[in-house]
Parts: sequence; C-alpha cells; structure tokens
Amino acid sequence: MANKQQQTEITTRHVNVYYGAKQALFDVNLAFPKYQLTALIGPSGCGKSTFLRCLNRGNDLLGHTRVSGEFQFEGRDIYDQAVNVMQLRSQVGMVYQQPTPFPFSIFDNVSFSQRMSGEKNPHKLAAIVEKSLRQAAIWDEVKDNLQQSALALSGGQQQRVCLASVLAANPKVILLDEPTSALDPVATAKVEETLQQLKANYTIIMVTHNMQQASRISDQVAFFLDGKLIEFNATKKIFLHPQEQMTSDYLNGKFG
Amino acid sequence: MNKQLFNSSKEIRQDKLGRLLVYSALTVVLVLALAMLYFIFSKGIATFTQNHINFWDFLTRSNWNTDNLQKPDLGAWALMVTSAETTLLAVLVTTPLALVIAIYIVVMSPKIGGRIVQPLTELLLGIPSVVYGFVGLTLLIPFLRNWAGGTGFGVLAASLVLALMILPTITSLAVEALNGVPQSYQTFAYSLGCTKWQVIVHVLLKISAPNLLVAVIFGVARAFGEALAVQMVIGNTVQLPLGLFTPAATLTSKLTTDMGNTIDDTLASNALWSLALLLLVMSLIFNLLAKLVLRRSQSRESISR
Ligand SMILES: Nc1ncnc2c1ncn2[C@@H]1O[C@H](COP(=O)(O)OP(=O)(O)OP(=O)(O)O)[C@@H](O)[C@H]1O
Ligand SMILES: [Mg+2]
Repeated sequence: MANKQQQTEITTRHVNVYYGAKQALFDVNLAFPKYQLTALIGPSGCGKSTFLRCLNRGNDLLGHTRVSGEFQFEGRDIYDQAVNVMQLRSQVGMVYQQPTPFPFSIFDNVSFSQRMSGEKNPHKLAAIVEKSLRQAAIWDEVKDNLQQSALALSGGQQQRVCLASVLAANPKVILLDEPTSALDPVATAKVEETLQQLKANYTIIMVTHNMQQASRISDQVAFFLDGKLIEFNATKKIFLHPQEQMTSDYLNGKFG
Repeated sequence: MNKQLFNSSKEIRQDKLGRLLVYSALTVVLVLALAMLYFIFSKGIATFTQNHINFWDFLTRSNWNTDNLQKPDLGAWALMVTSAETTLLAVLVTTPLALVIAIYIVVMSPKIGGRIVQPLTELLLGIPSVVYGFVGLTLLIPFLRNWAGGTGFGVLAASLVLALMILPTITSLAVEALNGVPQSYQTFAYSLGCTKWQVIVHVLLKISAPNLLVAVIFGVARAFGEALAVQMVIGNTVQLPLGLFTPAATLTSKLTTDMGNTIDDTLASNALWSLALLLLVMSLIFNLLAKLVLRRSQSRESISR
C-alpha cells in the first residue's frame, strides 16, 4: 500500500493551451500529490490562471480556447467526452482572486451547490452549511447572521464564505487563484491558517504572487515563465537550492 | 490688501453665466410641466364642478352619453376595464417571449443575439405606433375575421398589436437587466458545478428580478398609454369587454377618437379632459411603482455593500 502522502491526485502531461492563435501554455507536465498544497508562482501573464482553469474545465466557458494534453484525475481524463463536467467542477472546486459571493444570504451562498444538486432537507442543508463554514474558519464570525447578505461582509470574510461554498460541494481538490491578493495581512493570515488545516483532507493547488506565502504554506512549488514550466520541486529545495538560474533570478527579484 | 483677490476673473464670469443658463432652462421646464399639470387638472375636474357629474358615477358607470345634457350618463368604468384588460393580455403574451429572447441574446448565443437579434429589437423599438396599428389592421384583422368570424375588430386584436409593440420595450430592458448581472457570479456558479439552466434560473433571473420587474412595468406603461394603434383595431365602442372579440374602447383610444369632434367647454370636451387626468394619474402610479421596486432592490444592495 502506498503511503497516503505519495499518491498523486492529478497528473498532467504535455499540456498545451491556445487562446485563438496565441499559445499560452507549452508542454506542461505536473503531478499533484494528494493532501498537499502546491503553489504555482511566476510573473504576471505566464499562464498560472490558465493552467488552473484547465483543471476544472473553466477554459471551456471562454469559447475561443483550445486545450490539449492529458489530465488524469482519479484514473480518468478530465477532458474525456464521457466526463460529467458539472460533477467534475464540484469535485475540483475553484476560489477566485476577487471574492465573488452571490448577493444572497450567507446561508443561501454556502448551501448553493447542495441545493443545485437537489438537496432540499433543511436540516441536512443547515448541517452542511455549519460544517463548511467551520472548515473555512468563519463560523464563529457569522453564525448569528446566516440570513444576512454575504455582500455585507468584509473582503476577507467574503473570501472565506466563498471557500465554504466550494467546500460544501464536497470537492476533492481545491484550486485557488491568488485568494489573498485582495486581503489585508490579518485576513490573509486567517486564510493561510485555514488552508493549512484543510490540507489534511483536500488536495490544494494555489496561485500566488506572494513568495513568503508560498514558502510558508506550500509543500511543492511550480515556477512558470512565459507559458513554460521551468521548475517543480519541494518548497524548501526551490527556495534554498533552485536548480534553474531563472528560478533563482525570479526569487531574488531580478525580474517579474 | 491684495486687490486681485476680490476681482472677478473671466472663469468666474463664465461660471456665473453657465449657472444662469442652466437655472433658466430648468425654470422653463418646471413652469411648463406645472402649467400642463394645472391645465389638465383644472379642465379635468370641470366635468364634476361645472357639469355636475357625480365623481363616483364617473368611475363606476359604463355609458358614454354626452348628448343628452339634461340627463347625461357618463362613466369611464368600461374604458378603464378595457384598458386594463388589453394591457394585461398584452403583457401576459409578451413577457415570457421577451424573457426568452433576452436570455437567448445574453446567455445562449451572445454572437448571433448581439449582432442580429438585438439590433432587430432596437429597430422595432423605433417604429412609430401608427405602423403597428396599420400592420394590425391589414394583417391581423382579416386573419381574426377568418378564424373567429365577426368583424375581427376588438379586444383581442388590440391586445395582440400591443403585445407586438411592447415586445421590443420589454426585451431591450430585460437584456439590460441580465447584462447588469456581473459575469463573476456566472463563473462562480459554473465552477460550483451548475448547469447552464441552473445558472440562468438561480443566478441570472434571480439576481436581476427587480430590474426585470421594472422592464415589465415599463411595458405595462407603454401598453396602457398607447392610443393610436389601439384605436385602429379595437372597434371603438364604449362597452364592457365581455369577450375577446367584443369591440370596445380604451381610455386612450376614446380620447383620440373623440378629440377632434368636441367643442371647448362643453360636457363632451370636459369629459375627455377627465380621461386625460385619469391617464395622468395612472402613469404617475406606474412611474412610482417602478421607482419603488428599484429603490427597494438598491437599498437592499447598499445595505449589503
Ligand atoms: N480569456 C483570454 N483570452 C485570451 N488570452 C488570454 C485569456 N486569458 C489569458 N490570456 C493570455 O494568456 C496568457 C496567460 O494568462 P494567465 O491569465 O494565465 O496569466 P497569469 O499567470 O495568471 O497572470 P497573472 O499573474 O497576471 O494573473 C497571457 O498572455 C494572457 O494575455
Ligand atoms: Mg492569473
């Protein structure tokens, strides 16, 4: 039996992405170990968000994109014709850079995905909402105001409500696209702490521009440059002994 | 003391002149509006103050007999009912259709929708009402006559013409309402595993509901206020519209039909002014309703901001 830590949740091979005629990703190969947090770093426009969107078929929604390559998730190819895309998206949840809660109550936000998949039992919904809000470490702040609009919350609270909404869908993988770039240091610390706890049960892939953040909470780091994967390694190795000159240049602030 | 500080400069004079222009324009508009309100109001109540028509009778009776000055029998009830009925029918027919078209434009096929369907609806928006009436007269009336017998003129014909007229109104406002829902909500809903249908119903329609309601209210207001096109196809008989093929008359169509045929300061003329007053009050109510809906949804959002 393989050790829990060494199983891979998602494996990608030879990923190429084109926006119209423009190629945004070139032959990216990455494997994401189960129950670990992988940080994607690199200068603006290098294709981090594009790569993240591949993993929940978010690129399908953009219309003019073409994705090729292999994406193994639980023994199946994410882009297989037979894959139920809605099912996939609830298993590979995504939290965006700007918090995007719906202009509904906190309860309706967090219970949204369950209600959409047909859950009507109010007790079950309430239980799921509470569990998800607790996991997202915001239960104590909002438990008395679940009927209040989610838009009344601060940015950091909204971001954690979004995280709770994603968790309520029962995902296996959580994708985060710069989840703390709109937050102040206190809120950022809260989200980081939450993510570290979530690692026990979820595989997390996170885009970040914050190198301290990557070094604080990630297990692996993937460094992208101009649509190519330059280096992928354990976080310690990347920060202490980068193999590639470009990686160390980037980490030392020489460009980007 | 620095004298320059107290001298008026060119900019200040310009500013003063600009302000003067704006305020005088405002005054003109305000005076015109007030004068019109006063005019309609004073003429409109003459029926009751000079001709001694009972106000309650005017609201509840259905005859329109202004010739017998000894015993005039004058009531707008049938007109009001017809106005309400044609408007309601038109809105009921048009709203689902407009919503489907708007959803098609915004969600299903923004390309075809934006390039072909939307310009088309905007074109329809600019067509004068007499043209709609003419189309109804030459296409719809013969069709109804063949299909249901009778003359073809009546409530149904008027409702269908109105339905066609308010289709572009409601559609274009509904498109605006749907486009007002931030894309991020849709993206988030999809990423939570929603189907397109769920995104449309539970995100787009739900969030834009107040603005969609306002679109319908504007449709109602336009249908209620339309005179010419209705007059051309409704048959112009003052009676309670008991069937869909009954010839009838609405508040506005009665006004246009009789307008040229009355002498000032007679009962017949004053009664028409009373209709105008009634219409004014109604359109005021529609406007207030729209404002109320918007204010409520906005205050909900601003509280939650
Ligand atoms: N929807 C799109 N249509 C066309 N081109 C796009 C689209 N999204 C991204 N691109 C292009 O693809 C490349 C990669 O963009 P991407 O958003 O993945 O970068 P990123 O690494 O996430 O950058 P940032 O750190 O600024 O978010 C860029 O050159 C960008 O211009
Ligand atoms: Mg990005």
